[in-house]
Order: sequence, then structure tokens, then C-alpha cells
Amino acid sequence: MNLNYLDFEQPVAELQQKIEELRHATAGSEVSLTEEIARLEQKSKELTEQVFSNLTPWQVAQMARHPHRPYALDYIKTIFTDWEELHGDRHYHDDPAIVCGVARLEGRACVVIGQQKGRDAKERVYRNFGMPKPEGYRKALRIMQLAEKFNLPIITLIDTPGAYPGIDAEQRNQSEAIARNLIELSNLRTPVLATVIGEGGSGGALAIGVADHVMMLQHSIYSVISPEGCASILFKDAGRASEAAEAMKITAKDLFGLKLIDEIVPEPLGGAHRDVPLMMSTLKQKLITNLERLRHVPMTQLLATRYDRLMSYGTYDTAPVAKSA
Amino acid sequence: MSWLEKISGSKLLSAGARKRNVPEGLWTKCESCQSVLYRAELERTLEVCPKCGAHRTISARQRLDHFLDAEPRIELGNELGPTDPLKFRDSRKYTERIKEAQADTDERDALVVMRGQLNGLPLVVTAFEFSFMGGSMGSVVGEKFVRGVNAALEHGTPLVLFAASGGARMQESLFSLLQMAKTSAALAKLAERGLPFISVMTHPTMGGVSASLAMLGDINIAEPKALIGFAGPRVIEQTVRQKLPEGFQRAEFLLEHGHIDMIIDRREMREKLYRILSMMTHFAPTITAQN
Repeated sequence: MNLNYLDFEQPVAELQQKIEELRHATAGSEVSLTEEIARLEQKSKELTEQVFSNLTPWQVAQMARHPHRPYALDYIKTIFTDWEELHGDRHYHDDPAIVCGVARLEGRACVVIGQQKGRDAKERVYRNFGMPKPEGYRKALRIMQLAEKFNLPIITLIDTPGAYPGIDAEQRNQSEAIARNLIELSNLRTPVLATVIGEGGSGGALAIGVADHVMMLQHSIYSVISPEGCASILFKDAGRASEAAEAMKITAKDLFGLKLIDEIVPEPLGGAHRDVPLMMSTLKQKLITNLERLRHVPMTQLLATRYDRLMSYGTYDTAPVAKSA
Repeated sequence: MSWLEKISGSKLLSAGARKRNVPEGLWTKCESCQSVLYRAELERTLEVCPKCGAHRTISARQRLDHFLDAEPRIELGNELGPTDPLKFRDSRKYTERIKEAQADTDERDALVVMRGQLNGLPLVVTAFEFSFMGGSMGSVVGEKFVRGVNAALEHGTPLVLFAASGGARMQESLFSLLQMAKTSAALAKLAERGLPFISVMTHPTMGGVSASLAMLGDINIAEPKALIGFAGPRVIEQTVRQKLPEGFQRAEFLLEHGHIDMIIDRREMREKLYRILSMMTHFAPTITAQN
């Protein structure tokens, strides 16, 4: 099994391996297999298209958590220039699970806030697997207020399994840190543009996700609880995560259909990590277009629209029901 | 059918079942100190054990009934009922769970909102019904709370919350999550107008409810020993793989760590909140001359 590929991608992996072997075998020899290789590559592409045209929500969740997927700092360093990271909540600590800073997008100054997972084992521990603590959310809030003060638009990149469920996090009031960001973001006087780039894990994601425009990468997920968590509580079996993923409607496509997000950012065939430069340029273009649009909306209108959107979330029945005797 | 049922018919068994039901209504046991308590007395003490002071679960209606003056009272948003936008089904259908919760509690969802007065001081009070699917917050809870905020804005009154919730309602998935943002945004309007919001966190106040409306009080209050936190103790234990400290996430722990302003015994809630609110709103009752 090729570990670069997820289990449902294995047919593609096998084909790719065959192509590699052919290339290797013909290197330096007089026999040309160019045509055969081209034919197989076409077949591989078609197979990938076929696999990816019909991913289940659980497969999408695996894509969203793919260890090769670009993380916030990868996007920040490619899409933006003049990135200067700003550290610390000014009270307690600097949380490496959230990165904040100023940068330029096509020359225009802005603030970027992202959740950062680690690439290797050491960095994963350092970044706490992308699970922020209260000081991370308080750092984000400080930088958001800085953005408001200096008229800089805010771009957030969401990628977290959730806010950290730990003793220290509770001791420093994780709940309040998240709640504070929700209330402050709801009327922050600067445009906010949020993108889920991988995992949008519950309140920990929403705490940097209240925005004027919310986008999701095609193979990202956004949910109230992880599929595993939902499975273990409601299905009484964490192994039934795939069913929970299905039931909760966590994919970009489903959430766009429910009008809970505004836009889907398409990913390269096979996922963001298969063609990182293409992914970068697609997202960059979407950020520029949306920021340009939001920049021209008068502040009172921007805030009123943001508020109305927040108030529109929810579905309920308004028909009075006669109480049964 | 067992031989006993055969010879006795079903009469004996159903009589036994009835017998068990009668004393249950009259007497109950305190889970905390094991004392046997008289039901009628517990109602007078607002479900607080007179022996050990343990605060038991109280229904939203009983809470409001005691807290508000008898007149006037206007219930808000009781025409709102839950829907099943995702056709959600786990081991059971969401619609079935709703129906069962409605039958058990006689409420349409997990929040009751009323406009009324506290010793003549006009206010809006919102209370979670914990018996309704663990007081979980879905679309209806979010919308009803917002209507409570809007009523407070319209009449220029304070808002009080009695929270009791396991968190967001999973069966409404992202709709539930977004109620956190919705309720918090509404509270920003209240803050802009300088109207007080008092949050009383009762046992338990967790997850999405604690991480949004419940922690945003101008004054945050808890009932004694209430469990309050973001992540549940079991999840934390699994994550950190160590035993949780004694009293972790209890009201007293939160007070010590500076998360809440005070702990108030339920039996003194009315009096204390009136004292605080009357100062915050500069409320002076109109005193009628006696002679």
C-alpha cells in the first residue's frame, strides 16, 4: 500500500506505480514506451476523476485531514508578501496553534489569522495538532482589534480538529475565549473573510470564522463535532464515524446547498496537495476578488449585512401547535 | 409468560407497579446526601436539598415561576418549534427524539423566554429546559434567545439567562454551531445599548452554550457545585490521560480561577439578582404613600 494515497485512492496509486516502473525500465534503453506511458497516464487521470467525482463525506474528511495537505503557513507564505508574524496574547503565552500577522495581498496590507497544524511529529506536538488554547484565541482577538484600529481587512484560514480539551485550557476559560471572539467579530469594523482550508472543528473553528464571506475548500469539512465524537455519543460507537459524517452534512457541497457557507473553492484533481501551486493561485484569486468587493461596501452596510446573515441562521417551524390534552 | 404471571394474571403485577409509583411522587432521595426528602418541601426549596444544600435539576417553568413576579408575564416565541433540516438519524430519528422530548417536558424545545418583572423591575428572562434533549441548543433555542434579546432592546430592560445545557444539538449539526455566533451577535446589540445581561450558569453548562451566550454576561453567576466548562470531563480525561483534579470545572473552581463573579444559592437568587440589577439599572421602585 502506498502511504501517499488514501485507501480509496489505491487503484490510482497502483497505476501510478506501473507508470513509474515503465519509465524506469525504458530509461536509457532504445525501446520507446512513450505511447504506452501516455495512454496509462490518461487512464490514471480518468480513474482519479472517477474516484473524486463521488467521494463520500467520510472520504472527504480524510482528504481534509490529509497529512500532505497545505497548511495555513504554506498558504500565507505563498499567497502573501511581506508576512510579519505577531506573537502572544499579552497576558500569558504565545500559542503556536494559531498564527497571526500582517502581510500584503497583491500589494494591499491586511491581517492574516490561521490555525496551524504541524507537518512532522515534532512540529505537531509544538503546534498542539492545531488545537488552540485560550491564549491562542485571545491572541487572535488582539490582532483582530489591531486590524480594526488600523483599517486592515482580516483573512482567516481555518484548520483545526477543535479547541484544545485540556485541564490548562479549562483553567484559563476556553469557553470565554471562544465566546468573546464570537461577540467581538460580530461587529468588528473591518471586512472579515474566512476560509476553511482543512478541518473546521466546531467552536474552535467558529471562533475565527464569524465573517462577511465564508468559503470552504472543496475537500474541507466544517462541523459541530468531529464525526468520531458524534459517532461515539449518538451511535454509541466511535467506529461508526463514516455514518456520522454522512448524517451531519459536513462537506463544502452540502453546506453550500444548505446556504450555511457562501462559496466553494475548487481544488486540483486529487486534492490540494496534488498540485499545490494551482491550489495557491486559485485561493489567491478568490481572496483578492472577495476582498476587493468587501472593501467597497460602506461600513454600516457591511455590519448590517453581517448581522442579518448571522440572524438568518437556523430553521424552525412557526405554526402554533395546539397542545394535546 | 412465567408461571407466576399465569396463575396471578396481570392484575398483581400492575398493582405492584402502581404501588411503586405512589410513594415516588411523595418522597424522593437526595442523590448527594442520600436523605429521604418530602416532595412538597423540595418544591418550596426550589429543588435544593434542605439537608445538604445540593442543587437538583429544576424545570425552566418552575424556575421562571418562582423568579418572576406573578404579574405581568408574557411568554415570547412559544410558537417556534423544531424542524429536521438534515433528516438526521443516528440510532433513532431526530424527529422521534423531538416528539419524545416534547411529550416528556410539555415544551416545544429547550428554552423558555418570558418578559415580566422582578420586584417591579421590568426584565426579560430566558431559561433552558435541561430535560429537553439535555438542554441542547439548536435553531429554536438560538432564535428564541435572540427574540428575548430583541424584547429587552425594544423595552430597554435587562436580560437574565438561566443556562443548563450539554452544548450544541448534534442533530442539527452546523445549524446548531452557528447558533453560537447568532446568540453572541445579538448580545453585542444589548451591550451597545448599555443594557445589562446577567448569565446564571446552573448544572451543567457545557460546550457550545458555555462557549457563547452563557459566558458573555456582564455578570457571570453560577449555582453551587454546577459543572461548567467547554469540554466534558470524559473527553478531557481521554485527551490528557490523567486524572482530573478534585472539583475540576465546578462552580467553586471557576470562582477561584476568576471565571465567574459569584456563586449564588438558588434560594437567594431572586433577592440577590434584584439587588444587583436595581443598582445596574438605577431602578427606583415607586413607593406609594401609606397614609
